[in-house]
Amino acid sequence: MDNIAGQKSGLSIVVNITVVVLVLLWLLPTIGLFVSSFRDRDQISNSGWWQAPMAVDLNFRTRADTDTEREVNGSFVIEGNVFADPALAGRFPDATGRVAAFGSRAVEPGEFAVGTRAELRSGGFLTVAEDGSFVLENDESFGARGPLIYFEARTPPQFTLANYRTVLTADGMDRAFINTLTVTIPATVIPILIAAFAAYALAWMDFPGRGLLIAAVVGLLVVPLQLALVPLLSLHTSIGIGQSFLGIWLAHTGFGLPLAIYLLRNYMVGLPRDIIESAKVDGATDFQIFVRIILPLSFPALASFAIFQFLWTWNDLLVAKVFLPSGAASQVMTVKIADDLLGSRGGDWGILAGAAFVSLAVPLVVFFTMQRFLVRGLLAGSVK
Amino acid sequence: MHPVFQGVLTIVIGVGGCVGYFYFSNMILDKVIFPARGPKTGVNINRANKVRPWLFLFPAMFALGLYLAYPVVGSFWRSLFDRSGNNFIGLGNYFDLFAGSSFRTAVFNNLLWILVVPALATFFGLLVAQLTDRLKWGNIAKSLIFMPMAISFVGASLIWKFVYSANPDIGIINAMRDYFGLSPVDPVQIPFWNNFFLMFILIWIQTGFAMVILSAALRGIPEETIEAAIIDGANPFQVFFSIKVPQIMGTIVVVWTTITILVLKVFDIVYTMTGGNFGTHILPSYMMTYMFRDDGRATAVAFVIMILVLPVMIWNIAQARKEMR
Repeated sequence: MDNIAGQKSGLSIVVNITVVVLVLLWLLPTIGLFVSSFRDRDQISNSGWWQAPMAVDLNFRTRADTDTEREVNGSFVIEGNVFADPALAGRFPDATGRVAAFGSRAVEPGEFAVGTRAELRSGGFLTVAEDGSFVLENDESFGARGPLIYFEARTPPQFTLANYRTVLTADGMDRAFINTLTVTIPATVIPILIAAFAAYALAWMDFPGRGLLIAAVVGLLVVPLQLALVPLLSLHTSIGIGQSFLGIWLAHTGFGLPLAIYLLRNYMVGLPRDIIESAKVDGATDFQIFVRIILPLSFPALASFAIFQFLWTWNDLLVAKVFLPSGAASQVMTVKIADDLLGSRGGDWGILAGAAFVSLAVPLVVFFTMQRFLVRGLLAGSVK
Repeated sequence: MHPVFQGVLTIVIGVGGCVGYFYFSNMILDKVIFPARGPKTGVNINRANKVRPWLFLFPAMFALGLYLAYPVVGSFWRSLFDRSGNNFIGLGNYFDLFAGSSFRTAVFNNLLWILVVPALATFFGLLVAQLTDRLKWGNIAKSLIFMPMAISFVGASLIWKFVYSANPDIGIINAMRDYFGLSPVDPVQIPFWNNFFLMFILIWIQTGFAMVILSAALRGIPEETIEAAIIDGANPFQVFFSIKVPQIMGTIVVVWTTITILVLKVFDIVYTMTGGNFGTHILPSYMMTYMFRDDGRATAVAFVIMILVLPVMIWNIAQARKEMR
């Protein structure tokens, strides 16, 4: 309808470009994390994820083997190849590679260009060729331990599942995943039933004080969770629930109810009056009407709320931090990442990215498969 | 007992308990207390129908009362006591809080968040909603911009930690600076401006929400108004600002207030990104520094958040009541 009078095509190009830029801005950070989670951990810290398909210069070191020391014309010589080191076999399986630069100190592993004759601080000279062959010369013996040779070499891009393996085995994300599921499913299922009955009463039953109760639900919708933390935790402790799964299920149920009642009531009010009245005329009780007519008809609203509550409980950090004990046995994934991995694995980007994607996978699948219901729920909740 | 079994058991007991409660309480009401037979059939049916709504409402009202209404009072009451909870100190916690500079920083930052995040999220949401309205691939674009809504605040913070990293080989911002020969900076450590870098994470998440709702509102605008404007010679900008925006103003306000409420609850981003260091505390994260250590202070901070939410709450209730009439 915007272009009934013939829209300028120039504007449409601008619109397309703007949307592309916005979509990229919104998508790139997530893609970056996703790509990083599959990269080799050394490569992550040596080149950005946007260079992931390209070869990376990594630093290595090897110790010259003094067994091969020879005496030539009064000077001592060690010859060898840096790629022959068995410790580097994981990187260079066929013991060949291309050296980009070399050095003799850890602080400057790429101090010298290939082929130059570098003077060592400990005495003597070192030359490393591009194919990795090196020559060490000195006028006295190198002794039992040969000098360390540092070098930079091209490594092909490496994509591995090693980050995920580490995260799921050594770092305990598998346990956290199960804990999250354990928290989420009861916390999603239980409020739905309670809310559905209440929503039916608020939508289709006539009783004094109904308007006030609806207003109260609307008011409770915005009560900040922060208020509930201290009083409820001490309540849970005093009745013996303490910090436990039972406690967090109850808490999530309570916190989810206002939205559930509000969404379901808004939907149920819109159901056709005729059906309900003719059922009443036929002698159906309220309970029968609710179970046989309202519940099946409200499926879209029930699904929307279920998705909301699922995403919210799955992604929650605050309630889990307060209502669950802090030990590894009951940590959920968000707490695991925020409190544990970010502290102990702060600089280990591959592990962090892997952990993040383990926790994001389920919500993203739910999101993309059930987007229809999610959008419908959002609209029912806000636009009137 | 393994938590998974405990969980399955809870679902069974919870769902079974709910169904059982509703079914049996309903049956007892109809068959035992007010039986629909005998001389008082009519009276009994009416009485049963008066009680029934409360039967349906009771579990929800009980849970709401205990988990949301009671804490408002309970928190305020607790905030009047000192750390041990035994000595009544009146508004002492509040005076102490306002005397401290870190609390004032948190309040100031929180006000910034309330101003900036809803405004920009609504702006971007409206922009995307309008731009994608007529695009062939508009639905794909919307779906992708909507995606961060599914991501946890912790996950989003981690995603942006990568973007903001001071290491030019990790963070794309510093990679660009490096490319232009500038020295790397850590965006979350720049005083004052770091708040805006943290805010952008929430804007990134909430734009999708604003977009979905505003996009539906834009589609709901009667076509005649737009056709009339175009025939009268309005250019696309005039159509947007003078015809469309005024008609969806109500929805814009709803989106704005919804995001404002959210801003007052989100502690995850600050907690994960900076832990409140470098002058980035906001009230919800500041409260968590007292949680488990000084319940008096923690509840006082929570109550300050409640006071900030109060105007929106009253406005929401007024709107809801207006609609019901």
